[in-house]
Amino acid sequence: MSASAPTAWPDALYDQLRAAGITQFAYVPDAGHKVLIDRALGDPEVHAVPLTTEEEGVAMLAGADLGGARGVLLMQSSGVGNCINLLSLTAGCRFPLLTLVSMRGEFGEGNPWQFPMGQATTKVLEAMGVIVLRAETAAEVTTTVAAALTMAFQSGQAVAVLLTQRLIGAKKF
Amino acid sequence: MAKLNKLQVATLPDAVLDRRQAVPALIERPEDFLIVAGLAGTAQELSAMTNESPGVFGLGGAMGAAPMMGLGLALAQPKRRVLVVTGDGELLMNLGALATIALQNPPNLTVICVDNGHYGETGNQDSHTGLGVALDRIAAGAGFPVVHTINTEADLAEGRRLLREGSGLAFILLRVKEGPTHKIKRNLVPHVERDRFRRALLGV
Repeated sequence: MSASAPTAWPDALYDQLRAAGITQFAYVPDAGHKVLIDRALGDPEVHAVPLTTEEEGVAMLAGADLGGARGVLLMQSSGVGNCINLLSLTAGCRFPLLTLVSMRGEFGEGNPWQFPMGQATTKVLEAMGVIVLRAETAAEVTTTVAAALTMAFQSGQAVAVLLTQRLIGAKKF
Repeated sequence: MAKLNKLQVATLPDAVLDRRQAVPALIERPEDFLIVAGLAGTAQELSAMTNESPGVFGLGGAMGAAPMMGLGLALAQPKRRVLVVTGDGELLMNLGALATIALQNPPNLTVICVDNGHYGETGNQDSHTGLGVALDRIAAGAGFPVVHTINTEADLAEGRRLLREGSGLAFILLRVKEGPTHKIKRNLVPHVERDRFRRALLGV
């Protein structure tokens, strides 16, 4: 891995999402999504939508699809728990869904409050019909997100890409 | 049976309108809009009013989703006027959505809350609004630039004007008595609802 890769991947990821036609960026702020959020806020061609709770984003992206637009939901793993019942909208209506989940409560976590939801994230998503992919290294981000984009917007699936704590680094306490 | 107390600060007058007249009188021609209708009462009456027009996406579950679906749709279709028509119960489930929508301030979106103060689908229990919680004041506090409350027939004309001539985000609180809605046997297969809305709007 090149020395610059750990800081370069978020910018490349934003460009990749834009190249795939994504124009609605719904987010609850998280350090792991800082670059994507800042890029979206600075991009006059997209809607950057801060949410009060992550389930709002599930509904918003369903509305985007009704109108022929593509979006992405950026959230921390804690927020996955807030989405559960509204994922029945995604599953029942077969809405495409792309969400990027920055992980807490796993590899190297120093805050014990984060573990219950972090450890349940994959199970909860899968229980509601969301396909879960993981990116463990900077080199994996582009290929994993490319796969997720195809699965979501070509095949109509609900897909979460977990940006793992090994990738984004554990927060220091 | 013990009853919940009304809020002592409640200032709203008793509701007098019948939703079976008031909702059609407010919206008039649903075909002029793209509509997301909240589960239960509002989805039933919009389906009945339009004979299940594909321009109406009616929820049958996922309570709390309608306002934010309307935002995503309004941002995706800036040249169309989008209505969210939902009940007090659904709106109360996701009040933060009002703040999120107001921050985006889409000029082509109106949120109509048909507020009967009750959970009509589950045994007619009092909702928070029936006990005095004022959704119009919450919407104003959330930042909606235009908020209009319809208590009587005399208030309907301004609501109609906002839907037709309004050029900005608006919240309309339509206060109605508890009681039945117009109903038809409507589609409850979720993906059929999505597919026919998209086919009619997008041709896909």
